[in-house]
This record gives sequence, C-alpha cells and structure tokens, in this order.
Amino acid sequence: MRQQEIEVILMRQLASYLAMPVLLVDAEGSIVYYNEPAEALVGRRFDEAGALPKEVWSTVFRIRDEHGAPIPADSLPLMIALRDRLPVHRRLQMTGLDGVSRSIESTAFPLEGQGGRYLGAVAIFWSVNSE
Amino acid sequence: MRVTLWGTRGSLASAGPDTIRYGGNTVCVEVRGSNGACLILDAGTGIRRLGAALEPTIKRVDVLLTHLHMDHIQGLGFFAPLYRPDLDLHLWGPPSTTQDLRGRLSRYLSPPLFPVHLRDLRHGLTIHDVPLGRFEIEGLELHAALVCHPGPTVGYRITDRNKALAYLPDHEPALGARTFPQKPEWTSGFALAAGADLLIHDAQYTAAEYPAHVGWGHSSIPHALAFADAAGVRRLVPCHHDPSHTDDMLDVLLDEMRGLSDSVQILPGKEGARFEV
Repeated sequence: MRQQEIEVILMRQLASYLAMPVLLVDAEGSIVYYNEPAEALVGRRFDEAGALPKEVWSTVFRIRDEHGAPIPADSLPLMIALRDRLPVHRRLQMTGLDGVSRSIESTAFPLEGQGGRYLGAVAIFWSVNSE
Repeated sequence: MRVTLWGTRGSLASAGPDTIRYGGNTVCVEVRGSNGACLILDAGTGIRRLGAALEPTIKRVDVLLTHLHMDHIQGLGFFAPLYRPDLDLHLWGPPSTTQDLRGRLSRYLSPPLFPVHLRDLRHGLTIHDVPLGRFEIEGLELHAALVCHPGPTVGYRITDRNKALAYLPDHEPALGARTFPQKPEWTSGFALAAGADLLIHDAQYTAAEYPAHVGWGHSSIPHALAFADAAGVRRLVPCHHDPSHTDDMLDVLLDEMRGLSDSVQILPGKEGARFEV
C-alpha cells in the first residue's frame, strides 16, 4: 500500500487524540481511518472494519434525512465535500454496521495540501440521540 | 554516488573544544553523482567550507534545501561559488502555501537579517520551487516529499545507478504516534527511505530528552533507528546533532544505538565523513 500524504497522516494522528467522532477519507473517497469515538457511531471498530472503498461505505450504512427519507450517496456531506471541495453540515439518521440507528449531525470539509494536491475529506459527527 | 558531510549539527552552529570530532557546523551534505553531478543538500554553515573546496572548473551546482529554518540556510550568503558568474547555480526548496521559494528566501537574505538583498546577490541564479514527487537533475533521479516537521519541509531520495541515498535531516515521524513505528503507509518519510542504501536522518535528542521536545520536529536517537529498521535501510547516519551534545556524549549514544539493531549499520555523522553509495 502506498504511503499516505503527510497531511493525512497528521490528520489521522490528531483524530486519534480527539474525543469527538472523526472520519477521514482519501482523495478517492475511501475511508482510511475513523477514531474510537466514531467507532460507536459506525458500529464497528476500525481495526475490524479496515479501510472501506467509497462504493462500499456509501451503501453499507443506511443513511436517511431527519424525516426518514433515504439520502442518495452523492448527497452525503462527505461526498459533497469530496466532490465540490466545500464544507457541508447536515442532520442525518445513520444505521451503523451494528444495525443501530442514530441521529447525528455531520460536518464535512475537504483537505487541500500545498502544491494543488487534493488529499481527501474529513467528517466530524455529533450524536444527537440514540433510538 | 559519493556523499560528504560538511555540517552535521542541528539548530545552532556549535564550534568549541567539545564538538571537534562530530563538528559544529550546521547541516550541509555534498553529493557527487557517478557522472560528476554536484548536489548540495541544505545550506547550513557547513556550506562555507564546501564552497571553498569546490573545484573552480565545476560548471553546475544544485543546492537543495529541505526547508528554510535558519540552520539550513544560514551559510547560503557565504557560499563563495554563489558569486561566480560563470557557474550555473540552481537553488531548490519548498514554497509555502502563499509564497514561492524566492519570496520566502528573501525574508532572510535581506536587511536587517542579511546586508545584501537576494536579488542583488547574483544574476543568473535559478530558483526552483521543488516539485513534490519524481524529478531529475543532471542524470540523477530525485524524489521529494513533504515530511513531518514544522512548516513546509521536504525530504529527498536520490538514486544513482540503482543505489539510493535518503536524506531526512529534520524529521519527527513519531509525532502523535501511539506506537512507533506505525504501519509503513502511516509513517512520515517511509517511501523516501524504504530500502535506501544510506539514510541520513535526524537524531537530535536522546530518549530522555524527547518528551520535553515533542512537536519540535525532531527525532530521538531510538526513533531514528526504529524508522531506519522499519524502512529496511542498510546504513544509517544519525545527524542534526543537538548543540548541547558533546563528542564524548555522542560516542556513548551511538554505541548504545549499535546494540539496538542487528540489521542497520550505524555510521557516525561526523563532519568530514565520506560515504560511497
């Protein structure tokens, strides 16, 4: 596996120290890391789940809006941040890999490095409540 | 490739009776390719003596800066070949997110920090924002990549006839790592150093000193060795010695280091040392 860019390495290391759930995707959209607080939302430890390609994670989680309507994969905050390189904030309902549905708020933002390198995106989550 | 250390000290030039053997000049390394190409890695105070020793017939010199901290650029204005109008002189280094290399260097090479403006130093000096990735200079293959150190900082890998030198004099790959070394893809600088025949690497602190300097951008001696070991490096030259580390202390530290790895040969980073790669 190729070495990650230094900014992605440092972002992962920062996330590993934060108490808020953080999920990190690379420029191709693959989940390359989520921290321990995010494991509670995802429903599986990162060491067990490992890296997840975009095609997998964008469909494996059941994600709906606050009214229960399914959200297409390309309308997810992380996908918009990746595609449009813009920050996005949205309230969601997400069913994790453990089958539990949770109401969350997500802020996603793109990661851009010097030299015009596009590195990926980060999503930060807030758990609103559990059902 | 022939590699000569002209400066091995980090942070601050440290001339004195206690630093005679390992040297007091700040980092500067000369690399001569098998085809005669001349690269100079960093322009610490060691570059002054290198400039005086450089043969007057040489036609082209490329100076590659890893970053712009003072200990890596302070010798630049005292590099005599800089003033040779017949020399094809190229300067490479990282830009920032807002300024190119020329603009960044001008902050030091201008009053009040330096008496002469960069623009007045020499006509024909070619300044390059170093590309990230692969590039070539005079038949040598180079790779540059950003590495973990405060501010825009690159490391270099130079390949000549399938032999590789990796140069990471200011590097803190253990920053924030809960265990070190981590997996290769999550270790700063790994791709530059992987399988290198010679690695010149930051080893500024002892294990005891490191905790008080986390985030300053440097490695402990055990971290440097662990990094080299993980990267499958054959020979390691610990470099960027702390100004407070005397010759006797470095002898002891390197002896201790040799006992920690069976696979990596430790070569003392002494000013004047020369290595064939």
